[in-house]
Amino acid sequence: MSVRYALLALLSEGPKYGLQLRQEFEARTGEVWPLNVGQVYTTLQRLERDGLVESEDDAEEGPQKGFHLTPEGHAELTDWLRTPPDLSSPPRDELVIKVMVAVRMPGADVHEVIQVHRRYLIELMQQWTRLKEDEAEFDLGFALVVDAELFRLDALVRWLDAADGRIKRAASEPPRPESFPMPKLRRRIGARP
Amino acid sequence: MSMLELRKISKVYGQGASEVQALHEIDLWVDPGSLVAVMGASGSGKSTLLTIAGSLEAPTSGEVVVGGALLSEMSRNDQARMRRRSIGYVFQDYNLLAGLTSVENVSLPLELDGVSAKKARAAGMAALDELGLADRASHYPDELSGGERQRVSIARAVVGDRQLLLADEPSGALDSTNGEAVMRMILGACKRGVAAVVVTHDAQLASWAERVVFLRDGRVVDQTMSPPSPESLLQPAPHS
Repeated sequence: MSVRYALLALLSEGPKYGLQLRQEFEARTGEVWPLNVGQVYTTLQRLERDGLVESEDDAEEGPQKGFHLTPEGHAELTDWLRTPPDLSSPPRDELVIKVMVAVRMPGADVHEVIQVHRRYLIELMQQWTRLKEDEAEFDLGFALVVDAELFRLDALVRWLDAADGRIKRAASEPPRPESFPMPKLRRRIGARP
Repeated sequence: MSMLELRKISKVYGQGASEVQALHEIDLWVDPGSLVAVMGASGSGKSTLLTIAGSLEAPTSGEVVVGGALLSEMSRNDQARMRRRSIGYVFQDYNLLAGLTSVENVSLPLELDGVSAKKARAAGMAALDELGLADRASHYPDELSGGERQRVSIARAVVGDRQLLLADEPSGALDSTNGEAVMRMILGACKRGVAAVVVTHDAQLASWAERVVFLRDGRVVDQTMSPPSPESLLQPAPHS
């Protein structure tokens, strides 16, 4: 999420001062994404230039200057909310690449490689779950962030489990002719080069 | 002293050509108040491990120690008594008796152990109340949601003075919200001193445990290290 849309989102709740916008931004993102004060004011100036926010005419520049959303700003934010992020191309995932290399590398124990990554992911998930246990129940925004991270890591563990099973089955089947379908696959689904 | 200790447990099914070695020399210990998860794919031996830990099945070799007592030195009657008094089981399909209400299901193990019906019912109500289910005490299993049924089965597993809770895929059929509620309850029991083992293939469930043991083809292949404090996750990334 860009700072631009984060500020539009905060202003959709009502008029706010610059300093207040910065503090609320940090609070909502669980303090994992601190902003410097300059980023807030530069972005606000651009939003004002584009007609998406308006400032109080009589106020001086600085932390106490108030801003509110214009109808155009509201429309821009609504449009952004409904625009799906581009997930059509598979990301270049280092974990996937490492497992694929291990499968082809003579002498590599691919199941052991998979287990190393599985354990690391579960250890990360244990840490996120501790946060959920202690705090997340009390703050909806933070709980959503923690859940998103847990589901992301969970998906990787599931992929490792599936890969483990697939590689085990493949080892007990007769070898197939060599093929490497990735370039074809990438073209078909329109992946970025 | 560990509440549960498995020492070089092996289990072989069948003989000769049809012989299958389900477990190979498993060592595992669970201290009072701790939650251990056992993860593994289907067929990795994790359910067999749990039934042996709960004395529902005997190992081919090795020793099971529950609360300091060697199972191999106990008579069948003593083992049955220990199962009723000390061990609570939670299964994926709940295993509640359809003709009994929630509180009757929960208090049944105590009654079977000779506790008076009145005292057993009071303990059953207390266990249900502790898990936020007091208002479901008179409901029959088919009047409860899946999540509520599993919570009743957890109440049954911890009723009385049970010190060891063994759960096999306890949230297998539940959505993530109910699965989380089930794990919070198991964790709550651990905070009261119960030792718990949860076997699962679900990473989100396993991540509630303080230690995760990985099983593959009947062997323990790995386990998690003590994770650092979660505060480390909240440090800003270097590029931000």
